[in-house]
Amino acid sequence: MRLPESLSRLIYNAIPSHLVGEILTKRWADNLVPFLLLSAVIAIFGTAINGFFAPASLLDTTRQLGEFLIVVIGLTIVMLGGGIDLSVGSIYALSVFMSVVGIYLWELPVSLALVLAIATGGLCGAFNGVLIGYLRLRAFLTTLVTLIMGRSLYDILIISWGKQLQMSPILNDQFDYIGTGSLGGLPVSILIAGAFALLAHVLLSRSRLGWHISAVGGSRRSAYNAGIPVRRTVFLTYVISGLSAGIAGFLFAARLSGAGPGTGSGLELAALTAAVVGGNSLGGGRGSIAKGLMGAIAVLTMTNGLIRLGYGTGSNQLVLGFMLAFAVVLDIRWAKNRHKVLAEVYVAPVHHRMSGEESALPNGGGAYALNDRLSEATPIALGEVEGPEDVILDEDGNLYAGTRHGEIVRWFAPDYKRSEVFAHIGGFPLGLAMDRDGSIKTCVGAMGLYSIARDGEVTRLSTETNRSWLSVVDDARLRDPNDCDIGPDGRVWFTDSTTRYDAHDWVLDSIESRPTGRLLVYDPKTGRTKTVHDGLRYANGVCLAHDGRSILIAESWACSVHRYWIEGPKAGTMECLIADMPGYPDNINRASDGGYWMAWLGVRTPTFDLSLRHPGFRKRMTRRLPGDDWLFPNINSGGVIKFDEAGRIVCTLGDLTGDNHPMVTSMREHKGELFIGGILNNRIGRYKIPGANPEWTSWKSYWSSTTETVAEGDPNQAARRRESAETTLPEGRA
Amino acid sequence: MSVLKSGTLSQERIVFLFAVVLFAAYALLLDGFLAPNNLVAILRSVSVLGILAVGMGIVVIGRGIDLSMVAVMAMATAWQLAMMNAGTPPLLATAIVFAGVVAVGIINGLLIAYAEVPAVFATLATASFVFGLVRSRFIVQDAVPVPPSASFILEFGQARLAHMPIEVVMFAVAAFLSFVALRFTKFGRYVYYMGDNYQAARTMGIPVRPMIIGQYVVSALVAWLAGLITAAGLQSINTRVVNSTLLYDVILVVVIGGIGLSGGKGGMRNVVIGALLIGIMLNGMTILDLPNIYQNLIKATILLVALIIDSRLNPRDEQVGQQGDI
Repeated sequence: MRLPESLSRLIYNAIPSHLVGEILTKRWADNLVPFLLLSAVIAIFGTAINGFFAPASLLDTTRQLGEFLIVVIGLTIVMLGGGIDLSVGSIYALSVFMSVVGIYLWELPVSLALVLAIATGGLCGAFNGVLIGYLRLRAFLTTLVTLIMGRSLYDILIISWGKQLQMSPILNDQFDYIGTGSLGGLPVSILIAGAFALLAHVLLSRSRLGWHISAVGGSRRSAYNAGIPVRRTVFLTYVISGLSAGIAGFLFAARLSGAGPGTGSGLELAALTAAVVGGNSLGGGRGSIAKGLMGAIAVLTMTNGLIRLGYGTGSNQLVLGFMLAFAVVLDIRWAKNRHKVLAEVYVAPVHHRMSGEESALPNGGGAYALNDRLSEATPIALGEVEGPEDVILDEDGNLYAGTRHGEIVRWFAPDYKRSEVFAHIGGFPLGLAMDRDGSIKTCVGAMGLYSIARDGEVTRLSTETNRSWLSVVDDARLRDPNDCDIGPDGRVWFTDSTTRYDAHDWVLDSIESRPTGRLLVYDPKTGRTKTVHDGLRYANGVCLAHDGRSILIAESWACSVHRYWIEGPKAGTMECLIADMPGYPDNINRASDGGYWMAWLGVRTPTFDLSLRHPGFRKRMTRRLPGDDWLFPNINSGGVIKFDEAGRIVCTLGDLTGDNHPMVTSMREHKGELFIGGILNNRIGRYKIPGANPEWTSWKSYWSSTTETVAEGDPNQAARRRESAETTLPEGRA
Repeated sequence: MSVLKSGTLSQERIVFLFAVVLFAAYALLLDGFLAPNNLVAILRSVSVLGILAVGMGIVVIGRGIDLSMVAVMAMATAWQLAMMNAGTPPLLATAIVFAGVVAVGIINGLLIAYAEVPAVFATLATASFVFGLVRSRFIVQDAVPVPPSASFILEFGQARLAHMPIEVVMFAVAAFLSFVALRFTKFGRYVYYMGDNYQAARTMGIPVRPMIIGQYVVSALVAWLAGLITAAGLQSINTRVVNSTLLYDVILVVVIGGIGLSGGKGGMRNVVIGALLIGIMLNGMTILDLPNIYQNLIKATILLVALIIDSRLNPRDEQVGQQGDI
């Protein structure tokens, strides 16, 4: 390998550049910007202010943070639901007033005063909620008006009662403790705020109401169409916000033991800035308590810091206004362009070099040379079937295939003219396997592993596997389950082709050529699925070896076939059986002579092989060119290959005209005939195999010879034994 | 509702009738309400509000809102007077402030048109920013007096035209000019198209983004004019007005006059009628000797009722209403 290629291999394969895209798909990635901002704010003010990190100073700051945080959480919830609540400032002031009146004039116990404050907040919130939720007024202006109403009301109240409050001789130790006491070194208010934040987080992320709020904020119309009570949900967000302001007001009252004319004024701007700076989206739908928390700390640190640094009147508003505008612009631009950024950076190709010694060129000599024999195949269901990725036959000779419409269709033997929908699944059934009891196991694209009983009843077997610790994308999900086969013990072995792309984006996966495909096994005894091997470039067909001790796996983009040992001395290991074929392998199935049929979905081309050695080229290609102009694997000419237990190529079948079977994704031998499917084809081919055992069926090969035991791990020997067994079997049957 | 929509009883007419009834009621019940001086006082008291409402009206017709108007009004004037107090030649100070005011309008416009920030947030943020910047950097006290050297401002404030105080004249001039601009110029017609259907206007080829910037520059300049007139009348400008309810009074005038917040409707006539109604109401409450805070509560309640009626008359279309249009 020349130096530039080695360098590019080093750069593209060693640097995990795919993680950038994967992180960007995560919702928590939105938190990175506010987190950096928060760190910057703390760093700046921490160094500018002497003793910023001194315990006394921190204690004082956190005490204020408690109240502020609760207000911001309320506002966050409202914003998540697609609204806004500016009236928090006056609701807060009114609650402060009510708590103070409760304690110092009416001499209520602390608990009743708290109830009073919360009730005040809840009532005001409900007022907003009715206006905005049920009457559908504009949230911003409406809460602006209720802000003034509340503020006027508060001014009236404080003028007429303020004197009495100040003259009150009452002392309430409990009340003072909440305001100024500490528990385990932390102020009571921050503990309450912490508990409140936790509660709100659980509410938002784990409860029905929380999901409804996100749904309404994300898309009001869709939420309505989904049957969510939109108006009530919006109403409730304002009630929650009011309640939060009520609790915060109570804490403030406890801390200062009084209420003054300026209480809570300007709070709405600070809280709004905090919520937005934290990264909560203005239109709703995107937001979290963590974001509110970060924003609250950043804003409070800054406003307090400015005061402590001695900047005069107005500097707070200056900075708040600037931060608000900046954060809103950032948020809106980000929300608008996020998917573009993602599309730009997600595809992260790696360097991959395959040997090009073998060729599939017709008349080119060599084992792989394709011929034109498949063009003789007679079509079944021509023009009636769409996308038979895999085909399978039962003991009565009936033919089954999955279709693009999410169904498994059955054609009746012997002429396959008559058909019926055997089962409707809803997703695209890909690989099929026939179980001992005659049920069909199938990998359904983007859904998972399903079982269809003989009467057509569909059962879901598996939709997830174990989550690996270090993957960023959720690899517990079965993203592209492709083919399956069943072991003698009933375990279902199946592949998940890639963890990075959905099934229909397989082109991107081929261009990326990153090994993320996996071999999984589903155990019917426990009902659990686990990943047994990963790191395959598009894991595709699987086939249990004739002796049942190992499993063959096709790795499409690496053009290789591997053997994974289930038992024996090499159990749990994988070895390469065929490497660097000239075609892209798809499904593998057993052949009557002890070998295996393998479908080629396409053949390699020198141009794409070359581009695989130039990851930078492919990266630029996906970014700058429209999809129609991309270079990707040739799928216009495939074929069928037969190989033996040792991986030697026995014969090839091709369709050089491209009329009948240009792309082959599966084939199944049954009583001397080969049934051929293609995921982009509109027919199932039926090809008479010269010299094949006319009695052999796949089901018998799997389930009839249960006494088979193999002493040695040598596959060739096993194959030979199998061959001798098969020559005797049909006679016994007949 | 159907009666309202059919046009026989438009909101504007209701408001006008209400103003007449209120006027009649006050005239009968309140001593001294009909005195010529009081009538002039009513006009005078609403003229600054009315001028601000002219600017706000233009923006609202174009489906925007400008919450930074009062901040610009107070802070631009305060800055200008402060510079003049410090010895800057009046013309230079005016030129600097002019540039500043235009800059605020452009920033608003850029945020709203190009960064696509909802108008309420963009202008709320600039309001806070403008107030903070001027208050913390350029002036030292809340109130800035008109310098004695600038006697022309004071004389301007005392001027009369046809027995009308200069504020009233300026309000009339501003309303008339805006009326002409909205009615007879390309800019004005475009404002209506834009407010009626932003996407359609954009598809038609109307330069909506520069238009939005233009709108906010106009409203900022109008706000500054209102500030200058206030300073001329009171001989000083108090920046605390930013924290008062003046801004909401302006919205009240616009909404109650019948300019729908969803844009594309109404005109300067609505602003004048709205201003008259509010003027009569406030004057009556002042004669009744209601404290300011009660007046605020009443005004806020009326504004809330006006918003509810507005949302009934001009319901937002959920089909075309943008996500985030709050």
